[in-house]
Amino acid sequence: MAKIRLWIDHREMEVEEESTVLEAARRAGIDIPTLCYLKDLNAPAACRVCLVQVEGKPTMDASCVLPVSEGMRVRTNTPEVLAARKEMIELLLSDHPFECLTCERNLNCELQRLAKRYGIRDIFIEGSRNHFPIDDLSPSVVREPDKCIRCRRCLAICEYYQAVGIYRMVERSFNAIVGPAYNGSLMETPCIYCGQCITVCPTGALHEQDSTARVWEALRDPHLHVVVQTAPSIRSSIGEEFGYPVGTPVAGQMIAALRRLGFDRVFDDCFGADVTVMEEATELIERLERGGPFPQFTSCCPSWVRFCELFYPEYTKNLSEVKSPQQIFGALAKTYYAREAGIDPARIFVVSIMPCVSKKYELLRPEMSDSGYRDVDAELTTREFAQMLFQAGIDLRKLPEEEFDDPLGSASGAGIIFGSTGGVMEAALRTAYEWVTGEELKDVEFPQVRSDKYKDAEIEMGDLRLKVAVARGTGEARRLIEALKKGQKEYHFVEVMACPAGCVGGGGQPIYIETDDWNEQVAHRSRRSGGLYRLDRQAEHRRSHKNPAVIKLYRDFLGRPGSEKAHRLLHTGYLSRRLYSPEPLPKKEHKQKVPL
Amino acid sequence: MAVKTDPEQKQEQRLERALRKYKGKPGVLIAALQEAQEIFGYLPRKVLIRVANKLTIPLSEVYSVVSFYSFFSTVPTARHRLEVCLGTACYVQGAETLLRDLQDLCGTGPGKSAAESPFSITTTRCVGACGAAPIVKIGEELHGEMTAEKLPRLLEELEKQ
Repeated sequence: MAKIRLWIDHREMEVEEESTVLEAARRAGIDIPTLCYLKDLNAPAACRVCLVQVEGKPTMDASCVLPVSEGMRVRTNTPEVLAARKEMIELLLSDHPFECLTCERNLNCELQRLAKRYGIRDIFIEGSRNHFPIDDLSPSVVREPDKCIRCRRCLAICEYYQAVGIYRMVERSFNAIVGPAYNGSLMETPCIYCGQCITVCPTGALHEQDSTARVWEALRDPHLHVVVQTAPSIRSSIGEEFGYPVGTPVAGQMIAALRRLGFDRVFDDCFGADVTVMEEATELIERLERGGPFPQFTSCCPSWVRFCELFYPEYTKNLSEVKSPQQIFGALAKTYYAREAGIDPARIFVVSIMPCVSKKYELLRPEMSDSGYRDVDAELTTREFAQMLFQAGIDLRKLPEEEFDDPLGSASGAGIIFGSTGGVMEAALRTAYEWVTGEELKDVEFPQVRSDKYKDAEIEMGDLRLKVAVARGTGEARRLIEALKKGQKEYHFVEVMACPAGCVGGGGQPIYIETDDWNEQVAHRSRRSGGLYRLDRQAEHRRSHKNPAVIKLYRDFLGRPGSEKAHRLLHTGYLSRRLYSPEPLPKKEHKQKVPL
Repeated sequence: MAVKTDPEQKQEQRLERALRKYKGKPGVLIAALQEAQEIFGYLPRKVLIRVANKLTIPLSEVYSVVSFYSFFSTVPTARHRLEVCLGTACYVQGAETLLRDLQDLCGTGPGKSAAESPFSITTTRCVGACGAAPIVKIGEELHGEMTAEKLPRLLEELEKQ
């Protein structure tokens, strides 16, 4: 590639022809602030805080979209440039509610940080302020358009990464806002509740529905027996909120913290994952015997399930009928555990801690009540869990390592890697391989299905060559299904997770604002997987069907995998869903949190 | 469910035929919306949803286009659709005052139409007849050099039609 010579702040440099000034400056260690920019995903030059001055040009340019050119002389930090950027920030703030103290993103907000960095002490720009109704009708995602700075990152991730496209710039001029059609509720749209828009929103315009109040209430109620399950990925992501390096497994401290919060039993969702593997591998073998329908799609991810129901209803027969680990756990907690512990299931309150905002939606699906009760009562995201710990003054770093409770607390390494992309596939393969071939695996690891990129592989199982694929992001899933439709691809078993890097990159995970590079963002989330694979290598049992707690569950309660009882409690069905609500839903008036 | 009246059914059939023509082709959204608006007189929610589903375009995109161009209306337009040009030339010739006078006379505002009023008023940007500014466009007809004094007479004549 041809090189371009230019000067940035009097420093001579050579960069690739296709670079932008922002990229060139960064490479030279010169920092330029950004807000709307997310490298390789979003560069609409909307926020204008990355302004620079090119010598000889009358106006300033947004460096995120300014191509380098031969002999160009750029200044990034003259008093004029800094004053212009400051004015841009003031312009954004002039139409932004001053609710920082009560905002979900307080101290983790890109706009707030920028205001601090530029020493904004007063807003000299006066004029109208926009006022939009808040949308908190969806069970998962809340939108506060008043806090939107029109960066369009949510639009980009929803359109390009997830191929769902519920956001656009709607209306015009001062009324323009990034939102769904009619600036209506997410409930009127085919939103899949993945919450990826939350993880890239620079402000608090998007966040999850709060469930902490409900959980505190349950913990306070002396009549309730409150049990908690923690998803595989939480143990390697909650540490970040307490200053551990990303990906540090802190399962022991996490369990200790949950006991100190007052949960009556601390269980492991990885146990639910192990049971999922038992049922899903059985289903795969049944499909292999019956001859289809193929591929079998995993169904652990509620956003992926909803995506399939909405956009590809003809493929819902391919979704595994087995419930997700969260729902399997809930159904077993209120039946098996209730019986073992001699507790009335009506008194059991099941909390799950998940890396996910979609799980809030999943637990409310009407059919998720096979125990005779709502199988899971409330879900907390990793962020909400951290919030509760902060509130209670519990510091993970000061806690001893403790163990999960029985009987829903022991998991195999296979259950633990569910939190990473390819993990569900690998866990299912470990069991399916041994069941199909009758041989023991010498090496239980399947590096063929571990990757950050789309991956397919053929696994030899005796005479059978099992064709498998792993996709993450529903955009990738959409491309995969289109290829299946055209007959370009053929698989037996496909894992789909809606979030980048799988659940470790979920919409409920800690929000990382230290990068404006999408690939670096995904890499950060992938590092959380490292902790899970480490735990797998250290695990006593690494295959779900060898987990003694799982063996006991089937011996004492379910019978065999795929039994009538297992079907009744652990299996489910799917619907075809309408994309758009024909009538608008009533909007709630936004209560000003802080009267101005 | 409400029983569909004949004209409504006919409109829907026409839309169906129109959308069949555009389906699967790139860059047809605006043309499809123009045709839909011609059929229904405006673009109600159900029509936008139909367009989105038929053309497999997100509804957000359809609405984004409809809410951007003032030509499109999401509310019923009255029998007579008056468009006041607010382009630069018309503006300096007093179009804004004219718009207010017109709204006062009809009791409506831009984008809104009182159900009982035979007039709807929208604004538009430059219709390309700046020499005759200010312009009020009625249907396909341009009325130039418009003044507050000429307005009552104009409305009277329209009402007679």
